[in-house]
Amino acid sequence: MTHPPYLYPGYASTVLRAPSREPLPMKEDPEAAELTGPVFGRGEVDPLDADLTAGHAGEPLGERIIVTGRVLDASGRPIPGTLVEIWQANSAGRYAHQRDQHPAPLDPNFTGAGRCLTDDEGRYRFVTIKPGAYPWRNHPNAWRPAHIHFSVFGTAFTQRLVTQMYFPGDPLFAFDPIFQSIPDPAARERLVSTFDLDVTEPEWALGYRWDVVLGRTPMEDA
Amino acid sequence: MTTPSQTVGPFFGFALPYAADWELVPEGHPGAVTITGRVLDGAGEPVPDALLELWTGEPGDRGALGRTGAGISGFGRCGTAPDGTYRFRLVPPARPYLPLLVFARGLLKPVRTRVYLADVPDPLLGSLDPARRATLLARPDGQNAYLFDVRLQGEQETVFLEF
Repeated sequence: MTHPPYLYPGYASTVLRAPSREPLPMKEDPEAAELTGPVFGRGEVDPLDADLTAGHAGEPLGERIIVTGRVLDASGRPIPGTLVEIWQANSAGRYAHQRDQHPAPLDPNFTGAGRCLTDDEGRYRFVTIKPGAYPWRNHPNAWRPAHIHFSVFGTAFTQRLVTQMYFPGDPLFAFDPIFQSIPDPAARERLVSTFDLDVTEPEWALGYRWDVVLGRTPMEDA
Repeated sequence: MTTPSQTVGPFFGFALPYAADWELVPEGHPGAVTITGRVLDGAGEPVPDALLELWTGEPGDRGALGRTGAGISGFGRCGTAPDGTYRFRLVPPARPYLPLLVFARGLLKPVRTRVYLADVPDPLLGSLDPARRATLLARPDGQNAYLFDVRLQGEQETVFLEF
């Protein structure tokens, strides 16, 4: 089981939102609209949108990082030209969102949202700041491990994925019901990025590598 | 080795919405209809932090993120308001249904369904008993307008699909 179940009581918000019935398996239909998906043009995404440290009056506080990797289909083939969107907390663990009440400072030089299209080899690359861990009210003394939210499209609406990328060695993994909701420990590890000295740029930014593998589409060849 | 899903969480609102994201066609576009509705949880309470994505199955001619000028987009996105409501304006495609994805805090993976604008002969609709089928049928709500609620859990739970 790669994906978490809908109902995972350790994550309290699932209790009233998880469907009570299993989803209905669709019969194979080569004409199904879900086998296609939106296409995003180069003209729709500004290359500067991939640099979350830019666009403000000054430099954001925190550890500058590069996050890069490839978007692949279930057979390991790169998916070029697909939209990748990210969002995250700042280095203090605070989101630039009005409903985030964590008493950590906002950074006037960091919003924490970015997007890009993958290149011809399926690669994405963002420059950002390492996000901080932050508390939430799921249970007493609950803290989320540092993470970057990812939204990825792929070539079919069935492949649509929203997930979270984590950082290696985070001591909070064992206590986080969102991470632990994934039943297979090996699948959990696929959400953890790898520190990569080859991605790291001297005197400037640490590099992390993380690949995204989208699910098999119903009509896809094995 | 598929990448697992995780919840969209409560804080996507400053990142994923974009200008006119719910308007697949501009106001006054010939043949345009609106679909509005609410996302409700198992207690019947509105879900104020869901994100819906609608795909018509047809790419259109003005891109997915580009919303300037005339033309049609095949893709739309709408975050729910504090009262759980969402809306889309679009031109119905040739197919009788619209694929819909719902993300939310508390959903560790999205739910997917279809919005049918009419009760037409269809393999999916035909496989469901009337009460379940009704959850996939948008209700006419005046001229060129439809209502479609998403009930995540409970007695009138929307039929969700797995591909």
